Amino acid sequence: MALARIRTLTLVGLEGHLVDIEVDIAEGLPSYTLLGLPDTALTESRDRVRSALVNSGFTWPNRRVIVSLSPAWLPKKGSNFDLPIAIALLVATGEITQESCDEIIFVGELGLDGSLRFVRGVLPTLLAATKEGITQSIIPRANKEEAALVRSIRSVSASSLSGAVHFLVTGEISDEPSVSDTEFFQETHLDLLDVVGQKSARFASEISAIGGHHILFIGPPGTGKTMLAERIPTILPPLSHERALEVSAIHSVAGILGERGALSPLPPFISPHHTTTSPAMVGGGSHVVRPGAVSLAHEGILFIDEAPECAPGVLDSLRQPLESGEVTISRASGSVTYPANFLLVLAANPCPCGKYSGRGRGCTCSSVQIRRYLQKLSGPLLDRIDIRTFVEAPTRTEMASENYGESSAQVRERVIQARAASAERFANDPWLLNSRIPPRELRGRFTAQRQAMSFLHSELDSERLSARGFHKVLRLAWSVADQKGHTIPTLDDAHVAYQLREGMEIL
Amino acid sequence: MKREDISRKPLKLLGAKGEDEVARYLQAKGIKVIDRNWRIKGGELDLICEDHGVIVFVEVKTRTSNMYGTPFDAITPDKAFRLQRLALAWMAMHHRWGQDYRIDAAGVWMDGFGAIEIEHRKAVL
Repeated sequence: MALARIRTLTLVGLEGHLVDIEVDIAEGLPSYTLLGLPDTALTESRDRVRSALVNSGFTWPNRRVIVSLSPAWLPKKGSNFDLPIAIALLVATGEITQESCDEIIFVGELGLDGSLRFVRGVLPTLLAATKEGITQSIIPRANKEEAALVRSIRSVSASSLSGAVHFLVTGEISDEPSVSDTEFFQETHLDLLDVVGQKSARFASEISAIGGHHILFIGPPGTGKTMLAERIPTILPPLSHERALEVSAIHSVAGILGERGALSPLPPFISPHHTTTSPAMVGGGSHVVRPGAVSLAHEGILFIDEAPECAPGVLDSLRQPLESGEVTISRASGSVTYPANFLLVLAANPCPCGKYSGRGRGCTCSSVQIRRYLQKLSGPLLDRIDIRTFVEAPTRTEMASENYGESSAQVRERVIQARAASAERFANDPWLLNSRIPPRELRGRFTAQRQAMSFLHSELDSERLSARGFHKVLRLAWSVADQKGHTIPTLDDAHVAYQLREGMEIL
Repeated sequence: MKREDISRKPLKLLGAKGEDEVARYLQAKGIKVIDRNWRIKGGELDLICEDHGVIVFVEVKTRTSNMYGTPFDAITPDKAFRLQRLALAWMAMHHRWGQDYRIDAAGVWMDGFGAIEIEHRKAVL
């Protein structure tokens, strides 16, 4: 048979497109033509596929070989077409029957010796394949763990081209992936117990976790800002199966799934360095548009330490994802949308030298420097941050105390309960968290108790609270009420919420 | 020592022998050989034949092994382009302009013991 058709899938962002690979072997001089907008890595597949076939003991057809990837308009990238092209060639030369390959998608890069190599993005590829009604796949052995997460597709992993061919010819599987969730459950060793004192900062973190409020920690170096931030994932509710799959899919595209247990229910914690660039933050790259830190932190925490030290444009590039929960990156090769629904945690020193706190002893900064320092965080960004909390150095008694405070598990229990309460309240609404209540609804269905409202109104009257601040405090008040088990925010809750915004004066 | 002296001669003999074999093979198939080794400045045409009114230019490649690729691999895009031009030149000079023509390739494998294998591919360009 001189004609063959094999199916594979290519990713644009997280969206999959089925690609038909057609091979025609015609009479004529030996040549190899690859059609359908291949990129460099794909054009190079010719030599990889040829060597892999020959070194696996098959013959290369010394004829005019035409390989067409359709749809022809879609630019195709990367090396994961190697395996499907090789299989299509083998079907065309009659080594494998066409019927044995129907309804299967193939993904994998070939080594010159015929070995099958790891490729990025197998998890989202298979997730997209389920939507197309595909039920079987052949993938590299190195990708078998992530492939096993997609239960609706029977994935056969092979370590070499001949292994894959052996399966297609005989139906024998040398090694079926069988992995359970628990194998992937990656326990973290971080716990809130490690943090000494910091009662108010702990409370702020808890409220932040309950309502999804973005948070800014301000404090001198070495007081535990980073420690606290790192432990916020441990007090967030565990990710559901679907959410964990979504997070793993993004990490798979970025090629860093190995660093995080696939299907780990622990929300991701991503902390880009403050020298990071905008493309690294929101995603980018010229050929394959890779997800940036905001997408890797999807359903988890994006923590930026020393936030005022960031280049000005970098923090502001967070505004779009903060607003819409996703990020769209446009490049010459097309535009790609990745989800980016994260909890933003910023940490900052109070001044350039870091010692302006308490009595400000030892601080060498001028008053102008101190004022300017935190102003580097732009207004529009700060608007989206609900909680500003000071982290002071723990006192002597706190350090000596053997009373450790609550563990992550205890706090997480309360967060889960509080979130359940708010979820019930928003059962018929498009949003799930207190921080997402639209302003109109805050003045209508979600007002606080009367005394609380009159307190907030009087603050508004005396210009200690802006209209925007008013809404923020009200949202926070709902989270505080959920934490305390109140059905509606009381005056006390409003006071607490007001205090959580205390960073206001210096900002 | 001149380059010619080293050992080109056996290769030339091999090539000529391959062409003879192909000519005989084609005649047996009813394809008439009308010219051989037509040479001008731009190169050489191995066999010029006529197959039911179609002029056929056959490029013959002879090899003793596939160690350095098959005979067909030796027809590079560059060489194919030259063949095309030579074919048109031949047609013009023999007043065959306008007649149908095609370019074929023939691969000949010869081991040292007299075994010969011929593969003829039609209309390769």
